[in-house]
Amino acid sequence: MTQDFVQELGQELGEELGMEDAAAAMVASQPLLQVNELTKHFPLGKGLFGRSAGVVRAVDGVSFEVRAGETLGIVGESGCGKSTTARLLVDLIRPDSGQIILDGQQVGPEMSVREMRRRMQMVFQDSYASLNPRLTMEDAIAFGPMVNGAPRQQALALAHDLLFKVGLEPRRFAGRYPHELSGGQRQRVNIARALAFSPKIVILDEAVSALDKSVEAQVLNLLEDLKGELGLTYIFISHDLNVVRHMSDRVMVMYLGQVVEIGPVESLYGNAAHPYTRALLAAMPSMDPDRRTMEAPLAGDPPNPINPPSGCRFHTRCRFAAPVCSAQQPPPQILRDAGHLTACHAHVPGSGHPGLESAA
Amino acid sequence: MTAVSIEKLATVEKSPGYWAGVARRFSRDPVAMIALVVVVGLILMAIFAPLVAPSDPYRTSMLRRLRPIGTEGFPLGADELGRDMLSRLIYGARLSLLMGVTPVVIAFFIGSAIGITAGYVGGRLNTALMRTIDVFFAFPSVLLAIALSGALGAGIFNGLLSLTVVFIPPIARIAESVTTAVRRIEYVEAARASGASAFTIVRVHVLGNVIGPIFVYATGLISVSLILASGLSFLGLGVKPPEPEWGLMLNTLRNAIYVQPWVAALPGLMIFITSISFNLLSDGLRSAMDIKA
Amino acid sequence: MLKYLAARILYTLPVAFGVSVVCFMLVHIAPGDPLTSILPPDASAQLQQEMRALYGFDRPLPVQYGIWLLKVLQGDFGTSIATGRPVATELGRALGNTFILAVVATLIGFLLGSLFGFVAGYFRDSWIDKVASFISIIGVSVPHYWLGMVLVIIFSVQLNWLPATGAGPGGSGDWAWDWAHIRHLILPAITMSVIPMGIVARTVRALVADILSQEFVSGLRAKGLMDVGVFRHVVKNAAPTALAVMGLQLGYLLGGSILIETVFSWPGTGFLLGQAIFQRDLPLLQGAILVLAMVFVVLNLLVDIVQSLIDPRVQRT
Repeated sequence: MTQDFVQELGQELGEELGMEDAAAAMVASQPLLQVNELTKHFPLGKGLFGRSAGVVRAVDGVSFEVRAGETLGIVGESGCGKSTTARLLVDLIRPDSGQIILDGQQVGPEMSVREMRRRMQMVFQDSYASLNPRLTMEDAIAFGPMVNGAPRQQALALAHDLLFKVGLEPRRFAGRYPHELSGGQRQRVNIARALAFSPKIVILDEAVSALDKSVEAQVLNLLEDLKGELGLTYIFISHDLNVVRHMSDRVMVMYLGQVVEIGPVESLYGNAAHPYTRALLAAMPSMDPDRRTMEAPLAGDPPNPINPPSGCRFHTRCRFAAPVCSAQQPPPQILRDAGHLTACHAHVPGSGHPGLESAA
Repeated sequence: MTAVSIEKLATVEKSPGYWAGVARRFSRDPVAMIALVVVVGLILMAIFAPLVAPSDPYRTSMLRRLRPIGTEGFPLGADELGRDMLSRLIYGARLSLLMGVTPVVIAFFIGSAIGITAGYVGGRLNTALMRTIDVFFAFPSVLLAIALSGALGAGIFNGLLSLTVVFIPPIARIAESVTTAVRRIEYVEAARASGASAFTIVRVHVLGNVIGPIFVYATGLISVSLILASGLSFLGLGVKPPEPEWGLMLNTLRNAIYVQPWVAALPGLMIFITSISFNLLSDGLRSAMDIKA
Repeated sequence: MLKYLAARILYTLPVAFGVSVVCFMLVHIAPGDPLTSILPPDASAQLQQEMRALYGFDRPLPVQYGIWLLKVLQGDFGTSIATGRPVATELGRALGNTFILAVVATLIGFLLGSLFGFVAGYFRDSWIDKVASFISIIGVSVPHYWLGMVLVIIFSVQLNWLPATGAGPGGSGDWAWDWAHIRHLILPAITMSVIPMGIVARTVRALVADILSQEFVSGLRAKGLMDVGVFRHVVKNAAPTALAVMGLQLGYLLGGSILIETVFSWPGTGFLLGQAIFQRDLPLLQGAILVLAMVFVVLNLLVDIVQSLIDPRVQRT
């Protein structure tokens, strides 16, 4: 099995084109990743006698799918559960409930967590904290393959190839320590480390958010190149709506641990259905005056996720809120464009909501 | 492809590692270097005591009891049984260092194991281990050492055992807190996401980053341990006569302070020099390793 | 606030329980049967059996512990083997003497330590700082029992200014705050004060340096408001932590006084403990350790409570 893995690594790195074809074929059949009702509630600090003082509903019934070869963007304010979702996907946090189905196999009963992690890797926001200060770059990248049984020499060779692939000259960088590299260089190493598994999906959790704008652009270009070259699928998490628009094929909007809208990038940015999405987009700086929405930007902070509002969680900040919004949780509703869904009563016929136009 | 890559491996520019930097910073700290020289000197003196000492530390002489410093044949005087003080002080380094350093070394391993386990595993195991540790923190260290060896009785082994028990809790507590901090850093998460076992993650990613602070903290305890170990012998616990040990020598010479006060004070001076050297060494290590107190 | 107090007190209970278990076990980790020190060496097997039943040593350990704890809670610590008097009586007299010594030593150590620490922190990285820091390193490195001997050699043996041992004229009288008694207190108190001095100095130095590096204090200093204003600000901000350290050190000295009390034959708990060890008087040893450890636990609790009252941000658990 070990040998197979190493061979697989070499093959996939060598035969990028073949992978892309395979990915294209997959699109037609089944989603690469399917997430059903993923839920995680964190117990809040212990009370006086060890009883729990409440739960934070960090991720509350999140469902979506990711198709092979696409980039799914996830946006939302800080604390909306996007990073927790990412950590749940790779089992860094164990979900309370929900299914994760990768390549048609459910993680847990049908696919081991270890196997899932080979196919789905993650790049974290903090490039410095993501690298062990005591390991050289080659050791940091080679760690994963070695853990999975590759001999050291082979793992190091792979590490050097990957360093080259992410634009770092192996001769110069393989023996360096994290503090000797710039933020952009470190993030390139983190990407290389994720790629060492030949994953199908790479989750980028605010992976470029901490970088300078010019460096960010370079790393984004690298990510796009690698995607084409290796036939990767990205889950791209960011609070930067411009970057998400640039990178994504589809975008998912989260609010207080739930999905409020998901859809193709142009449909969602051009025709946002949920009042929250509209407010987010309104707050986004735009270069093009014709594309500016006229929505008022969001005021205040999101409510406390410990006791989230009843019904639609956004109703406390929504200027279209109707009585039904605080009474019932809105079901996901398919809109005009195929694959564009939102969870808002205004789009549910007969829900009792007068609709967005009449209220405004 | 593989052959080419291995060729590349040979020509990688290696950066000097963390420990090379520590050694460089340490060697530029004059106080720390002096302390290191003194400590190494004391250790060599203990090892080569038979070669260094001018006479037999056990040979008594009723005729030459309590001679002052500078007596011919007795450069540092003679003790209450007429034994050569210089030789006894040199030989004394053996048991005093053994009694002072060994408990910290053993406690370093046991305490680190407990603390790193508690810190990495977290949850209920952490609570159970740390609450037990808290009980031992409810005793001042002197009291706990004396309580244990007082109950167990005198003897080198009982003394070592008591002191080891005294130093496990503080080391475990430090180990737990640094491990808990490291466990939350993203490189540990990344390692978990690589599918590595808990043992491998601790070995490769946790140990290297927590052992430095724990080690520095433990070196700081050596000074306390030396004082406590000699203190036990001073109380008649720990080492038994006629073995040369600085604390025990201080005890048996207590009544001599009216006759040869400065001879009586010499063993304590040795404890003091050793203890302050270890303290300065620990401080030097701390700043060379850039660890905040 | 009340919730914190309740939690803090509740947290102390399991620790106190653990301490009592450790103290109870002391007698049982001692080599040999706990009875061997009471019985004559040639006691018959039957007598041994009867005595064992009489003292309850034939019951399971948890039961023995329960019985022992009940007695302790009623103030019955057993009987000293050496003197035949109740352990509680022996301890009661000694505790007062230890308290006097530890309180005076803590005060001296706190005053000197604050002074050194303040000066070092105020003139950070100057030669004054280096000297003061070196003194505090000496303070934590010196074997205090040896320092006591050296002070006795200088001030009692050589100069003959102060008495070397005891707590008053004519052996063990009751303590009084007159010169005849205070003369006896000076050397042990100064010796003992070295322990908290080094630690207080280190703490105060760090606190003062930290406060002075805050921006608005730098602003005050730049404006020339060097002296009174800055000084008051520093004292106000450093005092709670420094006082907490002082409280903890008092507890430490109360429990750790044995070596110094032995050197100076000061008739306190530590001296008593030393005698108990020498005579293998296990009931006295156990009682003394239990009382001293409990005093330490309670002092820790009080320090936390007082500190959280002064500064509600500091709520340690």
